[in-house]
Amino acid sequence: MTEKAKSTAKRTTGKTSEKSDAPVTPAASDIPSERRAKKAAVTSTGMGNAREMVYFAIRNRKLVIGLIIVVFFALFAIFGPYFAQHKPLAYTSPPGHAPTLSHGNYFGTDYTGRDIYAQFVGGLRLLFEVGLIGGSIAAVIGMIVGFTAGYKAGYVDEILTMITNVTLCLPVFAVILVISSYMPVKGVVTEAIFIGSISWPWAARALRAQTFSLTSREFVSLARLSGERSWKIIFKEIAPNMSSYLFMMFILLFGGAILIAATLDFIGLGPSGTMSLGQMLQYAVSGSALVLGLWWWFVPPGLAIMLIVGGAYFMNVGLDEVFNPRLREM
Amino acid sequence: MRRYFARKLITYGITFFAAVTVDWAIPHMMPGDPIAALVGRLGVQDQATADALYRSFAKAFRQDIPLWKQYFYFWQSLFHGDLGISIMQFPTPVTTLISRSAPYTLSLLIPAILLSWYVGNKVGAMAARRKGLDNTVLPISYLLTATPYMWLAILLAWLFAFIWRVFPIGFAYDATMQKGWTWAFIVNLLYHWFLPFLTLFLVSLGGWAIGMRNMIIYELEADYSHYLEALGAPRRLVRKYAFRNAMLPQITGLALSLGAILGGALVTEIVFSYPGLGFQIFRAISNKDYFVIQGIFLFIIIGTLVANFIIDIAYVLVDPRTRIGMQGGQA
Repeated sequence: MTEKAKSTAKRTTGKTSEKSDAPVTPAASDIPSERRAKKAAVTSTGMGNAREMVYFAIRNRKLVIGLIIVVFFALFAIFGPYFAQHKPLAYTSPPGHAPTLSHGNYFGTDYTGRDIYAQFVGGLRLLFEVGLIGGSIAAVIGMIVGFTAGYKAGYVDEILTMITNVTLCLPVFAVILVISSYMPVKGVVTEAIFIGSISWPWAARALRAQTFSLTSREFVSLARLSGERSWKIIFKEIAPNMSSYLFMMFILLFGGAILIAATLDFIGLGPSGTMSLGQMLQYAVSGSALVLGLWWWFVPPGLAIMLIVGGAYFMNVGLDEVFNPRLREM
Repeated sequence: MRRYFARKLITYGITFFAAVTVDWAIPHMMPGDPIAALVGRLGVQDQATADALYRSFAKAFRQDIPLWKQYFYFWQSLFHGDLGISIMQFPTPVTTLISRSAPYTLSLLIPAILLSWYVGNKVGAMAARRKGLDNTVLPISYLLTATPYMWLAILLAWLFAFIWRVFPIGFAYDATMQKGWTWAFIVNLLYHWFLPFLTLFLVSLGGWAIGMRNMIIYELEADYSHYLEALGAPRRLVRKYAFRNAMLPQITGLALSLGAILGGALVTEIVFSYPGLGFQIFRAISNKDYFVIQGIFLFIIIGTLVANFIIDIAYVLVDPRTRIGMQGGQA
């Protein structure tokens, strides 16, 4: 820890607990990114030097590769379904067929004669929906809790921090599992709401620490003296100064939501009447794709999840390096 | 230090209370009347009989008393170690089911968590600020953390159990084996254990490597590292100090990662039909065996809290500042 980080941590927490800032998402044990971002937020003066940022952004290989992967799959999700010649859930093809062009089964068919390509592109759409909605909900809750706790301090902070820590102790996945085993998920949106409303704590904690360190800066004091309202100070003075960090946080929440959703769908707690990538894996296992050697059934869905989430994380590291000059490769 | 533990214990206490309440409340908040559904499923035509059945079921499930009393009884039976009876595997108590399957889950989780943490830290520390190594370790690590557990499990099962047939798949030991502490049995157990273990190990390895790599880079930029370098200390010494400092967040990270790897263990067990808690809860979900779901959830919560507490103690042992109440004490 640097002196600066330490002293902020000290001031911030007082008596409250400050574990490491590790995002708790299955994904990201990208532990120090918060601290580094904190530095970035403090050292760089907002987004003023946008041209410099762009200069480093297009030269950052990690960012560019990550972006290409994610954009590729996003385009695939948008336009792919128009090329599907079958419906995802319709039994209209020869069962267990390897990838071929003849029937329009580009990715082959499953054990029951459903087209894998149609399922795959449909699943991609669902994946982006869950990731974007779930990630946004978690980001909004995290921002509300984190900003309020960091800005208000005192009792409000104590209570919010306690709530955050309690939620952080709960094994996210087990909680969602229990909730959704009683309340069947109706659609992707419901699932995303479940996921978003439980995966925010690490973001809240990280934002709280950052808000706290910014709150003691002169420009915030000035705004306070001039009689600005609290929420205006938060959204006009504090939030813009960590816009880069907020964006990076959203990427991690996006990836985390995708992984949780895939796992839920795999257990059979996903939305009904859809075919997500996680559900494809579930049907592949229960439909004995392993025994029959139907690799085209279970390889694409997992590969896509891995590449999309991995690409998002790559963007995250790349952005971190762009925003934080100290991390750029020398 | 006392304050540190007091705070932690309060947090864990509230967490436990909240978890138990959620566990109890969810079936009660569910729309619809579960007992009516149960009576309806029996298909009784006669209205009087149906009413009588309804009353007796309500009594049996203690639904006829006020809600606060039901809640109280829930806690009471919890402290008596009574988690109800499995509906599907009637009349096995849920606690028996848990004690039967928990060892399998723990035997996967504990070695996977500790080994991946250790190896990941070493790999990450080696890769930091070494361009060649970093360029291979970092992408691989990121892809590993982004891999869904069940997919890696499926791939490993397919490659090693179906294509090369090196490892067996399904259950904790061969059905033909005689259970007992013989060598043959232990070897057989290990054979079945290896692939699920490898899945958990690999996926969580990536996260630790990334975390450690980033922390080391961060520490190498710290003032004390620059000072040591300026004094002419060998690179290795500087890295050693960086490693020790980078260790602390990794220990707390361990507590935060428990939830994720636990979810991973559940789905990995499902792929390999490994008879642990995940397999059990999967069957319970598909059969709507609610007592089992409730019980396993509670067990997982208690396990996570205990693990959190052990990590807190480890942190105190590793970081001397916590002991004398300095700033690290807030960690």
